[in-house]
Amino acid sequence: MNNLLVADSVSKNYGDFRALNAVSIAVPKGSIFGLLGPNGAGKTTLIRIINQITMPDTGDVLLDGEPLKPEHIQNIGYLPEERGLYKSMKVGEQALYLAQLKGLTKQEAKTRLKYWFDKLEIGDWWNKKIQELSKGQAQKIQFIVTVLHQPKLLIFDEPFSGFDPINANLIKDEILQLRDEGATVIFSTHRMESVEELCDHIALIHKSNKVLDGKLTDIKRQYKTNTFEVGLQTHNIESVSNAIKEKFEVFPATFRNLNDDVKMNIKLNTNDSSNDLLSFLTSKAEVHHFVEVIPSANDIFIQTVKNN
Amino acid sequence: MNHLPLIIKREYLTKVKNKSFIIMTFVSPLIMVALIAVVAYLSQLNNDKDRSISVLDETGVLSEIFANTEHTTYTILENENLESAKALVKAKEDYGLLYIQKSSDITKVLPNVKFYSDESPSLSIISGLERKIEKKLSDAKLESDGVDIEKIQAAKTNINITQETFSGEKTSKIDSYLKLAFGGAAGYLLFMFIIIYGNMIMRSIIEEKTSRIIEVIISSVKPIQLMMGKIIGTSLAGITQFVIWVILGGVLSLVLSTILGISLSDIQTPQQDMMNQAMENPEVANEMKLAVQSFFNLPIGNLIIAFLLFFIGGYLLYSSLYAAVGAAVDNETDTQQFMMPIIMPLILAVYVGIFTVIEDPHGTVSTVFSFIPFTSPVVMLMRIPFGVPLWQQALSFLILVATFVLTVWFAAKIYRVGILMYGKKPSYKELFKWIKY
Repeated sequence: MNNLLVADSVSKNYGDFRALNAVSIAVPKGSIFGLLGPNGAGKTTLIRIINQITMPDTGDVLLDGEPLKPEHIQNIGYLPEERGLYKSMKVGEQALYLAQLKGLTKQEAKTRLKYWFDKLEIGDWWNKKIQELSKGQAQKIQFIVTVLHQPKLLIFDEPFSGFDPINANLIKDEILQLRDEGATVIFSTHRMESVEELCDHIALIHKSNKVLDGKLTDIKRQYKTNTFEVGLQTHNIESVSNAIKEKFEVFPATFRNLNDDVKMNIKLNTNDSSNDLLSFLTSKAEVHHFVEVIPSANDIFIQTVKNN
Repeated sequence: MNHLPLIIKREYLTKVKNKSFIIMTFVSPLIMVALIAVVAYLSQLNNDKDRSISVLDETGVLSEIFANTEHTTYTILENENLESAKALVKAKEDYGLLYIQKSSDITKVLPNVKFYSDESPSLSIISGLERKIEKKLSDAKLESDGVDIEKIQAAKTNINITQETFSGEKTSKIDSYLKLAFGGAAGYLLFMFIIIYGNMIMRSIIEEKTSRIIEVIISSVKPIQLMMGKIIGTSLAGITQFVIWVILGGVLSLVLSTILGISLSDIQTPQQDMMNQAMENPEVANEMKLAVQSFFNLPIGNLIIAFLLFFIGGYLLYSSLYAAVGAAVDNETDTQQFMMPIIMPLILAVYVGIFTVIEDPHGTVSTVFSFIPFTSPVVMLMRIPFGVPLWQQALSFLILVATFVLTVWFAAKIYRVGILMYGKKPSYKELFKWIKY
């Protein structure tokens, strides 16, 4: 059993509106799984179904091989995008309450909270009210409450919103550490650079349908166009450029570099290898820059959504 | 997993620890008692004012009826004409001058009585004078027609039909008043309780929505558990507040009345006097005894059990609707549209209770309304002191419970969908659609 969570052709209608259309995903154990998609695509609906907040109309969701049942709530930690805390309740009381709702005893919850409060250096907040904290501070409490009961599956919906770069980094490191300790993470965000940084697998949902999923590296491989970014130095700019353009398909390049005379993106001809291109270039000019263009998560996202 | 006790505990503690709740709980009986004390004190102050009234009686026969009382002194003027009497009274700074013009026949004196004073005189003074004169004149008329007043006095009887049910329970008119008071108090209490604490539930749900904690909570708790926890927790807080109010109000009024020497029951002095007089009258004393007796004759066991059942049933029925409204909207201003259909049957129940139960506690209207679930708690509570057959009570309660289960199901549906909807105020049509989600 390598997948912690499997959703099998899950569909959900709200009245006449189809929020999810036979979406299937498989989240491997110990991975960070990016759940991506434009606004209103159906991500939140899927996440709510996994959390048993709403029930799917058709389709099954399995956690660790078992169909979802109420007890599984204890195995899931969910940080929703729309999140908040009771404003007039004290930090400590509130954290204890939420932890107890997740099935911890009061004593367990206290010990673990102390550990986390010390770890994130917020021990002196225990008796403060939420309304006395800043937004970022309240987010920290929320993060702690999400992970406190050591769930197998963590679901973060835009976890970094409201954090300054330093705290965002702190939280990112905590997420990675939790993953290393064996937790599986579903991570939903619009920030593609953090997808790039964190995710092993991604699934892209667009207009209620899953349009893409798999290992991020596999997807990149699949989306690459065998194009190379090339920077050359030569005295003969025009003739070199023309020689290349005769042989290859060429696009303008925008990378920054020191005094390259010729900059372009060159697409490999079918059946050519990168070495063929490189030896052709070295015969014409001095190669200073030669990098394969790998599509970013951002490119993939935009391209996929536009094509659908 | 059952989190209900945990949720109830949190809801209860948050409510009870809330500053404005504490202030409301402890300050409002203080204000109420203080207000009553002030009113009592002021009305006593008003009565304490001594007045003297001069009477110029040209007929010469009416003077004898103006006997001095504690705060009013009558001066009978003689050998004065109207103008000189006016001047005299002004000089003496009397409260006023009562002028009874001479007329040939004493029975025709009526249109010729006038009262002169600086400011317009108090209503009670004038009506007091009127009553005195009326009595004297009607006696005089009767006498002039040759009727013996003594005989009329002797012929006055006081009839009070003794009522007895076939099973042998004695009842009386006073008994009916007592029952009415009991039923009315119970019905009204329920009405107030629903309005105050139903609103509190609604607000606490809206708060959960606006603070965006709801999705965090709902990922560990079933919505229906959260809703029931809220309803029960808030109700317990409400009961706590009510009990404190009653105790504090009682203690405070006791303390106030001993310290200030104001008997709070003295506010309506005239009635008090009448009561005292009445108590001396053996017949009325007898009636009072009957009243005490009829209090013990009330179906007290039935009353208490029915009160608890219908109170809880009715309260839960309405509070689940309040919860649904709270879940459907984003802020309190949007609740208006949905409040109407909740408040209407409640007000209807109170009016039906007041107007038809008094008229005929077992008439068609009151009987029917005591079975309709949205009005039954209030109307049935008002009817029960008059003796409602057990099967009727049981049937009505069963209908109430069935409806309660239905509304909770309905409210939970709306609640489940509504708590996760932000941004726009739903229409009734959309609410209906939510039920099918």
